[in-house]
Amino acid sequence: MSAGTGSDNLPWWATAVLLPVINVVLALIVSAIVILAIGEDPLGAMWTMVQGALGTSEGLGYTLYYATSLIFTALAVAVAFHGGLFNIGGEGQAYLGGLGVGLVCLAVGDMPWYLVLPLSVLGGAAFGGLWGAIPGYLQAYRGSHVVITTIMFNFIASSLMVYLMVNVLIRPGQMSPESAQFDKATFLPLVQDMAAAIGIQMNPSPLNFSLFLALAACVLVWAFIWHTRWGFALRTVGANENAARYAGIDPKKVIIIAMALSGALAGLLGVNEIHGVQHRLLLNFPAGMGFTGIAVALMGRNHPAGIVPAAILFGMLYQGGTELIFDYPSISRELVVVIQGVVILFAGALEHMFRPALVRLFTPKPAGV
Amino acid sequence: MHAVTVTPAPHSAPKPAHEWAVELVGIDKRFGPVHANKDVTLRFAPASIHGLVGENGAGKSTLMSILYGFYQADSGQILVRGREVAIKGSQDAIGLGIGMVHQHFMLVETFTVLENLLLGHEGGPLLAPAVARARKEVEALERTFGLEVPLDALVSDLPVGVQQRVEILKALYRGADVLILDEPTAVLSPPEVAQLFRILERLRAEGRTVVLITHKLKEIMAITDHVSVLRRGAVVAEFATAETNRQQLADAMVGRKANLEVEKAPAAAGPVLLAAEGVNVVDARGVTTLKNASLTVRAGEIVGVAGVAGNGQSELLEVLSGMLPFASGTLTIKGETLKAGSAYDPADARRRGLAHVPEDRLKLAVVKEFPAAQSAILGYHDDKPLGRGWRLDWKRVTAKTAELMERFDVRPRDPSLRTALFSGGNQQKLVMAREMEKEPDILLVGQPTRGVDIGAIAFIHKQLVGLRDRGKAILLVSAELDEIMALSDRILVMCDGEIVGELSAAEATESRIGSMMAGVSAGEEQ
Repeated sequence: MSAGTGSDNLPWWATAVLLPVINVVLALIVSAIVILAIGEDPLGAMWTMVQGALGTSEGLGYTLYYATSLIFTALAVAVAFHGGLFNIGGEGQAYLGGLGVGLVCLAVGDMPWYLVLPLSVLGGAAFGGLWGAIPGYLQAYRGSHVVITTIMFNFIASSLMVYLMVNVLIRPGQMSPESAQFDKATFLPLVQDMAAAIGIQMNPSPLNFSLFLALAACVLVWAFIWHTRWGFALRTVGANENAARYAGIDPKKVIIIAMALSGALAGLLGVNEIHGVQHRLLLNFPAGMGFTGIAVALMGRNHPAGIVPAAILFGMLYQGGTELIFDYPSISRELVVVIQGVVILFAGALEHMFRPALVRLFTPKPAGV
Repeated sequence: MHAVTVTPAPHSAPKPAHEWAVELVGIDKRFGPVHANKDVTLRFAPASIHGLVGENGAGKSTLMSILYGFYQADSGQILVRGREVAIKGSQDAIGLGIGMVHQHFMLVETFTVLENLLLGHEGGPLLAPAVARARKEVEALERTFGLEVPLDALVSDLPVGVQQRVEILKALYRGADVLILDEPTAVLSPPEVAQLFRILERLRAEGRTVVLITHKLKEIMAITDHVSVLRRGAVVAEFATAETNRQQLADAMVGRKANLEVEKAPAAAGPVLLAAEGVNVVDARGVTTLKNASLTVRAGEIVGVAGVAGNGQSELLEVLSGMLPFASGTLTIKGETLKAGSAYDPADARRRGLAHVPEDRLKLAVVKEFPAAQSAILGYHDDKPLGRGWRLDWKRVTAKTAELMERFDVRPRDPSLRTALFSGGNQQKLVMAREMEKEPDILLVGQPTRGVDIGAIAFIHKQLVGLRDRGKAILLVSAELDEIMALSDRILVMCDGEIVGELSAAEATESRIGSMMAGVSAGEEQ
């Protein structure tokens, strides 16, 4: 009797495409009402946002630069999620990851960037991974919930970075807590320069080689989770820890590895931000990307194929929002945050609001009733 | 093969409508494409015990949930004492004098019995007057029905049999005239079952109606007056219990001739493949849950472990399969001895040729959210042929699963279907297929037929006997005494974490095993 028709079996595209689209449209409608309420033209404002995010090569560059960071932090959330863990510590892991990247770049001197990149990736992954693995260990062996410990580790990371930047890594004879600049040879190439080399003209933006690293990470994460024995063990622990134990998988080990991988991915944000753009260590460079990554992962259904478009959407919100503030004096920075918040609310927190209605719509009605 | 005879129950001769305690007329219920109840008409006579049998998914639970107000029927009527009623929730059902004792008790473990009975009937802001009133009323009920329960004991301190009596008392205290019991004997030892039956008879004598849902045909024959058989959502047969027999009921349940007996030749036991010597398990609270367990299982024999659930059988299985560490003693697997503290885990056990079909299928043996093909490699995902290096090759996994499904008749034969969407019997066949695939030298089996329908039971039993005949050692833990007695060559009985006795198949009788299972309480019985 139990053919493939569970009561909540939606076609895959309804879950993966239709539902997020409905949620985003609804979020935009609510945002439009808010813009209308402060006396601005919502359609014009929306157009400004889209135009600002995609309309120019500069805007597109910024959008994709933000998306690059978000892909890393969202993949971090996704890997932990498949192991049944909710890693809220992306922000702190990214912060520490950036420290690792920065230390590598400071140490290597004038090595060319393509030799530095593998080292800075390792540095970012190692520092971020360690910052994720500690809460993982505490969860596995001490029963301290990762949701709590990763939040605490965000604060610890923040304080640690302030201490290091102010007391240890600061460039002597300078007021602001920033390290010395890396050698020019180590800078990751900007996409505008790469485009120029093949004859495409782009306006300056911070978009750099890290974008390709992020896309490669998507493919690797996908292959890891769904096509390796480790990924199978990870998903088994996430879905049913008892069954994992029965299967001879040690959930403690898997939890630590999952958190380490998750932290490592978040740590790669440092490659984009520190190695790719800032070229020195400084404070507060993750800028909330670690938290927004949670919303991106939720919206992207914890799958790389969903995370990429979701990251681009949020990149558009960041970049388009900046344009909006320029063009509309009555729209403040805070209102852009409101719009971003509404999208997160509908896409993340309320993601299942329309699910029952869709299920009713898609369940074949039995004949004769 | 004789066809199933649908004999009208003798009480179906025309009578005034109010002579029925409850009538379900033309009940129809669908869940999406699943037709759970098809035009079901059932009538329960007052002062009677009515049995309701059927395989899993036959629609028994749906029907009773409709009567108790959890679901609304798509069409049909419910009549209580001749009057048509609408039951929109369990409060309505209770108001109409319908009570239900669930398979899993709905009691607050940290409350006393009296506090549990009082829940929802406090009748005012102050507790003391209500408690005094309830105590008087409950004591009266206890005398009437011969239900003895220590009113001031914490529920968590009571044995399951007594907890069940609390549930019955709770229903009666709320004025239940019709009492529905869902698989009430699943957790009871034979003496407790006898006690329960005495209570049910007393209820009948006092004019109450009892509806007994069970899949144990022996119990139906022992206590009911009438029995209705459901198959695929419809009533396919009704009998006066005195005019039917187990075989006839079983045939009606499965719709064809059911094989109730297990055919097997005498065992040809070989060398000892699995042995435990003085094994103790201490849990996190410091309680010794398995005490000084010693046993041997030889090649070519099935050793059954009988016992009321929760008396150390689960710990025994988990220790032997490497899931649980042991505090002292030794295990010997195919001649290799392991001491307490030595590295031994389920992956290691599998490498040594020991396979394990766990007791709790959904908790341990499968991952409900995974497609069947992924549940079918649980525990074997590191096997070389399933992939290359780190990679898992889903084509090979799917092909392997399709092969297992074919061999063990798992339906539907769809490796990509979510595990949760298979019926219990088909999930179990998939697990058996996975664990027997490698021809393990030692097979540990817990509750192989729990929640499995009759057709699949016979198949699973045949597979187990087949493995034994191929010279493998099998340790069987089951709460079904009939299953233990039908399959085992030797029987160990557990009580309170200890192996309290061993019987050969020849000397095992239900009453001997039953009194050993009950431990000291055997003396109190009768």
